[in-house]
Amino acid sequence: MSELRLDGISLSYDRGRAQRGPCVLDNVTLSVGANEFVAVLGQSGSGKTSLLNIAAGFIAPSAGRVTIDGVAQAGPGAGRAVVFQDDALFAWLNARDNVALPLRLRGLDVKERRQRADALLAQVGLEGQGGKAIWTLSGGMRQRVGIARALASEPRFLLMDEPLGALDAMTRERMQELLLRAWRTSRAGALLITHSVEEALFVATRVIVLAPHPGRIVESLDVDFGARFLDGEAARAIKSDPAFIAIRERLIDAIHETELRVAS
Amino acid sequence: MSTLGDRTNPLSLPVAGRSFDWRPWVPTIVGTLTTLVVILFWHLASTNAWVSPVFLPPPAKVFRSFIGLIVNGYVDSTLFQHAGTSLARVFSALFFAALFAIPAGILIATSPVGRGVLDPLIEFLRPLPPLAYLPLVIIWFGIGEPSKVLVIALSMIAPIAISTASGVRSASESQINAARSFGASRFQVLTNVLLPGALPSIITGIRIALGAGWTTLVAAELVAASRGLGYMIQSAAQFLVTDVVIVGILVIAALSIAFETILRLLERVFTPWSRHR
Repeated sequence: MSELRLDGISLSYDRGRAQRGPCVLDNVTLSVGANEFVAVLGQSGSGKTSLLNIAAGFIAPSAGRVTIDGVAQAGPGAGRAVVFQDDALFAWLNARDNVALPLRLRGLDVKERRQRADALLAQVGLEGQGGKAIWTLSGGMRQRVGIARALASEPRFLLMDEPLGALDAMTRERMQELLLRAWRTSRAGALLITHSVEEALFVATRVIVLAPHPGRIVESLDVDFGARFLDGEAARAIKSDPAFIAIRERLIDAIHETELRVAS
Repeated sequence: MSTLGDRTNPLSLPVAGRSFDWRPWVPTIVGTLTTLVVILFWHLASTNAWVSPVFLPPPAKVFRSFIGLIVNGYVDSTLFQHAGTSLARVFSALFFAALFAIPAGILIATSPVGRGVLDPLIEFLRPLPPLAYLPLVIIWFGIGEPSKVLVIALSMIAPIAISTASGVRSASESQINAARSFGASRFQVLTNVLLPGALPSIITGIRIALGAGWTTLVAAELVAASRGLGYMIQSAAQFLVTDVVIVGILVIAALSIAFETILRLLERVFTPWSRHR
């Protein structure tokens, strides 16, 4: 079974030969297994996005290493697909061609690319929308294209940097449900960076809280609300469940506590 | 009760159900009226001898000259032959300038070594007037056709290279990272992300370069030319044939505007996303 592991990750941005910059991450160890959905919470400056960039191979850590099944990873690779907050879609391609790009890079022929891209678009609720120009799509639709594009590379790990952060509340709730279903179908391990405690609790199988300055893990919690939704329970019923609310409040308290410590 | 879409004001905002929206036509109408007013003043200035007709012949005489240039020509060539020669020079120069400047722009934007080598060269060329390097080009390459094309091309390199570099740099980090995470090589990032994203800037650079090319044309045709709009203008100027000079200027302006319009159209067709960024 696949495992993406971040071992003893530290990160500081050097300011030149003599000066070492502030420590962004300090000895963070984290693993994401196949079929596991890990959500990382934390206030701004806790190093969440840096952690995801290290996991994706976009930046190298100052210390520690990233491995997949024990094999060290240097740089990005097709096994780890990323969904970005700003969707990072290519405006010169339509929705279908955006989704098909990873397949084109892998050398698949046009017919197969088209079929698979259309199937993925249908999976994220955009059936028949493949020919649309990116700029004609709403924010929610664009993020769905971004998710379909990430899934197109058949990644072993899906890394998401606040993909729903810019959406309105209603769209965001629908997208959380879509994300859960897409994740289950893909059988990939998922790492989600989010500011929303409710979102993290609803979609994740494990929630991690990072404290800032330097970024470090202060809380790790296994949850099963997403599994309940996938088993057929209504999302609203889950989110109003006293157990969900109690854990949500506990996590909010944990995040506030890290804020207070930094302030004092 | 007045509304925002008041029928008496053609510039007002449209109201649903009203028949015709004038606003898109306002620049065209105003532009046409301005041109007509300028021609009217020109006509009055020359017919009333506010300016000597030797220096400013009336529009009707210039028009007759235009027809005469098409039918009989001037200095051994018709207007179409002069224009064709100049067009060939400008577009050959554009081809060679783009061949050098687009890769140069890419290198400036993507490689520190490329930037180090090419940036000073482009910055050196950018402010130089073509007349300054024309004598040197003639000394080095002679008075033949290559010198003329080279002088025009040199004036086109900087705008294309600078626009290409700017377009390549405009790709967002997340777009580049997205392609890398799909396993794209550096070359695939260039061809799938950087270049398509830079296309609107490259077209803008070509538009600016064409303007510079037309400006340089007259200078390039100063020496040892036997045909071309610049040569026609200079030959006519030497004998104070002002009507031919004005026809030459107007033809260069018309060609320049025509190609600018074609490039804007191409921009709309090939880079429609650039207006929605």
